[in-house]
Parts: sequence; C-alpha cells; structure tokens
Amino acid sequence: MSLLHLAIVLPFIAAVFVPFLFKGFRSVHTGWFVLLVPLALFIYFIQYMPVTSSGQTVSQTFEWIPSLGINFTAYVDGLGLLFALLITGIGSLVVLYSIYYLAKEKEALHNFYVYLLMFMGAMLGVVLSDNLIVLYMFWEFTSISSFLLIGYWYDKERSRYGAQKSMLITVFGGLSMLGGIVLLYLMSGTFSIRELIGMSDQLMADPLFIMAMLLVLLGAFTKSAQFPFHVWLPDAMEAPTPVSAYLHSATMVKAGIYLVARMSPIFAESGVWLWLVAGFGIFTLFWGSFNAVKQTDLKGILAYSTVSQLGLIMSLLGLGAAALHFDTLDDNMYMTATIAAVFHLINHATFKGSLFMMAGIVDHETGTRDIRKLGGLVNLMPITFTIAIIGSFSMAGLPPFNGFLSKEMFLTGMISVFELDLFNLNTWGILFPVLAWIASVFTFIYSIKLVFKTFLGKPQFDKLPKKPHEAPIGMLISPLILVSLVILFGFFPNLLANSMIKPAVESILPSLTDAGQEVYVNIYFWHGFTPELFMTLGIILTGIIMYATLAKWQGIYNRIPERFTINGVYDNGLEKGESGSFRLNEFIMTGYMRSYLIYIFAFFVAILLSTLGVRDAFAIDTSNLAEIRIYEVVLALVLVAGAITILFAKSRLTSIVLLGVVGYSVALFFVFFRAPDLALTQLVIETVSVALFLLCFYHLPEISRKEERMKFKIGNAVISILVGITVTLIGIASYSNQSFESISQYHIDNVYDLAAGGNMVNVILVDFRGFDTLFEICVLGIAALGIYAMVNFRGVRRQKG
Amino acid sequence: MLDMSVYIALVAFAIAMIGIVFRAIKGPSTADRVIALDSLGISLIAVTALFSILLRTSVFLEVILLLGILAFIGTVAFSKYIEKGAIIDRDRHK
Repeated sequence: MSLLHLAIVLPFIAAVFVPFLFKGFRSVHTGWFVLLVPLALFIYFIQYMPVTSSGQTVSQTFEWIPSLGINFTAYVDGLGLLFALLITGIGSLVVLYSIYYLAKEKEALHNFYVYLLMFMGAMLGVVLSDNLIVLYMFWEFTSISSFLLIGYWYDKERSRYGAQKSMLITVFGGLSMLGGIVLLYLMSGTFSIRELIGMSDQLMADPLFIMAMLLVLLGAFTKSAQFPFHVWLPDAMEAPTPVSAYLHSATMVKAGIYLVARMSPIFAESGVWLWLVAGFGIFTLFWGSFNAVKQTDLKGILAYSTVSQLGLIMSLLGLGAAALHFDTLDDNMYMTATIAAVFHLINHATFKGSLFMMAGIVDHETGTRDIRKLGGLVNLMPITFTIAIIGSFSMAGLPPFNGFLSKEMFLTGMISVFELDLFNLNTWGILFPVLAWIASVFTFIYSIKLVFKTFLGKPQFDKLPKKPHEAPIGMLISPLILVSLVILFGFFPNLLANSMIKPAVESILPSLTDAGQEVYVNIYFWHGFTPELFMTLGIILTGIIMYATLAKWQGIYNRIPERFTINGVYDNGLEKGESGSFRLNEFIMTGYMRSYLIYIFAFFVAILLSTLGVRDAFAIDTSNLAEIRIYEVVLALVLVAGAITILFAKSRLTSIVLLGVVGYSVALFFVFFRAPDLALTQLVIETVSVALFLLCFYHLPEISRKEERMKFKIGNAVISILVGITVTLIGIASYSNQSFESISQYHIDNVYDLAAGGNMVNVILVDFRGFDTLFEICVLGIAALGIYAMVNFRGVRRQKG
Repeated sequence: MLDMSVYIALVAFAIAMIGIVFRAIKGPSTADRVIALDSLGISLIAVTALFSILLRTSVFLEVILLLGILAFIGTVAFSKYIEKGAIIDRDRHK
C-alpha cells in the first residue's frame, strides 16, 4: 500500500477517531481536528501538479482481489488531480465554515464529521480509481454518506424525505452503472479504465456497446442531477448548509460529470454519446434555470441553479466529443468545448460554494432563507453582500468574473454546432444555441434575483425571526477565499491553463494528444466583436427587461399542474408503486391454503404439459407391455370405484372406510405383482392410518361434523382432472422412452453371494442401500417425538402467558 | 385343471368383492360398511391364497395371517368405536 493509497483512505481512518475526539475534548470544536485531514491532503495533492502538467501520470496498484481482476489501482492524471484538489480544497474550506456554522453544544458533531470524512474519502476514491469495480464501490460510498448527511437532522420529516429520495435515485443510477461496468467487462475482459480506453475501437463494434453506454450514462445522469433525475437535488437542500455547499455544488454532483469525462475516451466516438450527453445537458441547463426563477428559498434557487450549471458542463462535454472526428487541432472549436467544460467546472465550484455559504450565513443570522421575507440587508451585512454579488455576477456570466469567461467559451461551443456536419447536428443542432441563450437569460434573472431580493429593496426586519447582523469573521473566511478565487481566475485565467486545464483536457481526449498534437489553452477576455459577445449583450439586456417585468409573467409557473412535474411523477410513482404492490400481494396472498394449492397445481400442469408439448416428448410404445389379466381388471375397477366414491361420499365416516377399501385393494395389487413385503407393510399401515383417521373424525367439533357433500367447484374439478391427465401422460411417455436397462440384475445376481440373504427387498433395504433406511427410521423417530410433543406440551405456552 | 379352477375362483371372488364394495359405498348405516370392510379383508385372504397357488409360492402366507389379524382388530376397533365412541379407554385405572 503506497502513500497515495493511504492518502485516499486517510479520511476513512480519520473518521474512526472522530467520536473519540468528540468525547475526549468537549471544550474544543471537533471540526478543528477534522480540518487537518483535508488540509494535509490538499498539500499532498498539490505536489502532483508538476507531474501532471508535464503530461505524466502516476499509477499505484494495491492488490485486492487479483483473481477477479479487481485491484485498488490509484491513478493520478490531470482529470483525477483536478477533482482531488477540488475535493480536498473545498473540503478544507467547508470544514472551516462548518466549525462556525454548527454550534458545538447543540449539534451531534461526531456524527456530522464522521459522515463528512467518509464522504470525502469516497469522493477521492471515485476520482482516483482506475479500476471500475473499486470506482463503483466508492461511488456507492458517496451515495450512502450523502444519504446520511442529508438526513443529518433526522428528526425533521423533510430531511428524511429528501434523504430517501436522493438515496433511491442515486442508488438506482449506481446499480445501472454497475450493470454497465459488467457489460464492459464482458466485452473486454478487464475492469481497468486505461485498458478499456486502449480497446475502444474494438468495443465500438460490439453489440453490447450501446447498452453499456446507456447504463453508464444513467449512473452519471442520476448522480449529476440531469433531467429528469434532477428532482432529488432540491430536496437534498434540507441538509446543513456546509453539506449543501460541499456535496451539492462542488463534489458529489460532479461525480457524474467526472464519470462522463472519464469514460469519454471509451464511448465518445459514437454519435449516440454526443447526442445523449449534449442533448440531456442542454435541456437540463434550460429546465434548471427556468425553474430556478420561481423558487423563493435561497437554497432552492441555488439547487436549481446547480442543476442547470451541471447541465451546461454536461452539454459541453458532449459537444467536446465532436473534436474526435477531426484530425487536426488547428481551429478545432470542439476542443474549446472540452476546455470550457473543465474551466466552468472549476469556476462553478468556486462561485457556487461561496453562494451556498452566503445563503447559510443569511439563514444563520436572520433565521430564514425565504426571499419573500428578506430584503435590505446590504447595510447590515456588507461583507456577505459583497460575497453574494461577486458570486452571483460570476454565475450570471458578467465580466470581469470567471463565470463570464467560461460562459463566453460555452457560447462559442454552442454556436460551433452549426458548422458540424456530423450525426444530423446541422438540422436539429439549431436547438443547442437557442436553448443555451434562453437558459442564459434565465440564469441572469435568477442570479440577479438572488442578490437583489436578499440584500436590496426595502427592509422588513419585523418579519425575521432574529435580529440580523454581520456574521462572525470565522464564517466569512471560507466564502471570502472562494470569491477571491473567482476574481483571481477572472483576471488571470491562464494561471489555471497549463497547470490544471490542459492536463485535464488531455485526460478527457487522450487520442488527440496521443497523435502528437498539443492542447493549446489560452483564455482571454477580449476576443473581438464575435457573435458570442453580442449574445452576451443580448442576455444582459433581455435579462434586465424580464427581471423588471417579473411580476407580470410569473404566472406561467402556476400553469403547470402538479401532476405533470417530475416531482409529481416521482411522488405519484412511489405511492402507486407501494399501493400497487400492496394490492397485488393482497390479491395473490389470500391466506387460504386452497388458493395456494391451486397456484401450485396450475403451474405444475402448465409447466409439465407445455414442456411435453414443446419438446414433443409424448410417445406411446406398446412393444414392452405385459399381458392384462382379468382379475387385475376387476381389482382396478374396485379401486377406481372406491376412489371415485370418496369424492361423492356424504359422510366423512364413509370416506374413511372407502379409503380403507382403496388401501386394501392396493395391498392386493402388491400381491398380484408379487411383492409380499410391500403387501404386508401396506396392510398394517393402512389399518393404522384408518384408525388414526377415525381418531381425527371423532375429535371433530360438533359444528363441523355436519353431514354434507363436498361442494362442487368447476375450477377445482378442471385442475384436478388436468393434474391426473398430466401425470398419466408423463407416466405413459416415460414408460415408452426407457433409454437403458434396469440395474436390478446386479441385485439378483449378488443377493446371496455378497450379502448372504435370500430376501432381495430386505437385502436392498438394509445392505445395498441401507443409508436410506437409516434416515427413514430417523423420519419415523422425528414423527413420533413430534406427535408426543404436540400432544403433551400443547398447554405450556398458554400457561406461560 | 387346477389353474383353471383357481382362475374361476379368483373371478368369483373378484365379483364378490365388487358386491362388498358396493355395500361399503351404499351403506346405509356405518355398521353395514364395517361389515363390508371385514368381508373385504376375508376375501382378500382368499384371493391371496388362491394367487399363491397360481404363482406356486409360499411367500404370501404371512400376508394371509396378517390379514386375518388385521381384519379382526379393525372390526373390533370399529365396533367399539360405534358402541362407545372411543377405541382406547382411559378409565382402566379407576
């Protein structure tokens, strides 16, 4: 186990000690101890930066289950390192923020930090694993730890609902992804992503390829809250704000993005991939931004905004795949799309993290997150306002913040769809820039709304539960660091270009760099009077007009009935699924033995008869039959008469006597067929069992001793006749299909020589096959003990109460 | 000749058994049925004996003896049941 592996599992190890630290040092906030972990990891991962920026990768293998090809292979390349730095960097800031956000007296901090560390370790494992099964394992760890974190205030009903919803949706996606992984393994015989990338041409031709792609994408889409699986994210806002800032803006929701980026080299040659990733991404972008405008909760706005921004990154990754279809990188605009995706990924983590922390501060200091009650906080909370305005303007894509740069690159990517004559993109592709533009307008509106409704306007402090004031400095440090990064990346984007973005893009599109081409990243503010600049101007103009007239057109949101929203479908589906399966169970499991017997016999008949028919197994072979003798016929008539009369007997006593007749006739058959031992046993057993039946009859309660014929039920009659026919047909067929001689000649030859006996039946019972007899004796012993127990101990439980 | 007469006897007993079973089915009282069952047992003894002659074997002798005992025990048990409602008395220590 190398240092790299230790770094990945360090959060898990640290999580073990958290409860002890919580109990042992009550005077110190547990977060201070926890803070050391992500900080140390961040510093550790920074050291890899020179390695990856020079185009190299690091790979360490720790054997786990080598016989199944499952090894914990830690693999650091540009993409993995970018995510690892995001996870540890923002993780440190979030832990710092949470120290001030969560009070040490009131909260169950040991739970919180255990879950958070578990999550951090799981995320590191996801982004730094080369083995798909290990990746899946960490993936499910993120689902579980995020479930725990969302349900952190488990006494709140909404928290539990949100936790359950996110669990159901992300685990559904996770399991689909596992299916995709298994299919990939079936196609290639390896779980290693790098080996899969090497085989991508061969995989493309495989018939399972599309299925594997769809399943993997399902996993990525559910995790990254893409339409229509985005519904869990707004409900996950019941989590504590540090959790929302960390999981639902910077890390977990980007696991799906990571997966798409990581799998791009395997799948991206296919047109289906491009259409699915880009198409779902762009629609999610639109839908998220459209819905964000109607939210009244600060975190609700941010949740939908996250959904929409994730859609943006996703659509860029999808379009970036088009770069693979061009041989040269000169003027390759689709490469720009991938660069924009990576750049926006970083930008989004910075500004969304700060905005969530801002929302947490507002909530913490005023007691509400409802923007209808907030307003006019600018004079009381100037620093928070500064954070909010920088974050929001960056989100809206305004200069001079980093959001502007990535938004411009995004628009460049979307416009370039026109020039792409691949996969019918030149016809339906017009939707991409149009939806992108509309979504950007809505993004502008909700970003402005977020700041202006909270901090400007007229103050209404009487509605607030608390008297608002500026947050303590400790709470402000993390968002201040993040917004300074927003500005820093805004003014000096090329700080990131070669150190972070270039290696990440090279990992997403390795086939291009393998061909000896250089990824050239140069992000700059001013690129002349290009179409995207006019689009940005249009966005700002339209956005301002629409924001000013918000009250006039807000009514359209109420036009969509609850039933047709995705949430309605989810809630309804869950409820219908529950009630449906309940009703199905009620219908099938009646509690009556007779209906279960009907199921059993009906399936018995259906399966056997259909097998007999399908396999054409029925045959009659009369060559091997014995001669029929007259007394056998008569005895058979006696037996049949007795058996049939049992069914129509009026009294139960008659039935019992007739059963005795049947048993005695069978004994006589044994005589006819020369089986003296069987005949003896049959006679004794028949007598004993008739006596037992009489005993049962005698103890029947008076009321059920009513003399009455068995009721005729057509269904029962049909099934019993069918069962009889089935068994008869199978008996005839199997007698006609005897494929080999019986082994009984051996017994005949050796009954005296080997076993020293004259009675062959008895020799078989105790000598040749004495094992069976032993356990038959056992059965009888158990039956006797059981009857004794039932008769003698029946009152014991009742007496004990 | 012996075989022939045994066959005739067998068929005769078979017909007798059909009659007995008819009685067992028809009733009308339980006692009729019990008697029918008893006669069925005795007929079985006869059929078994005849059959042993036919097969030239003595292995069914035990079956004959057993049938005799069982038919007796069964009939007694049934009779006691019809008369007292119980087969094994619990009051013997009194």
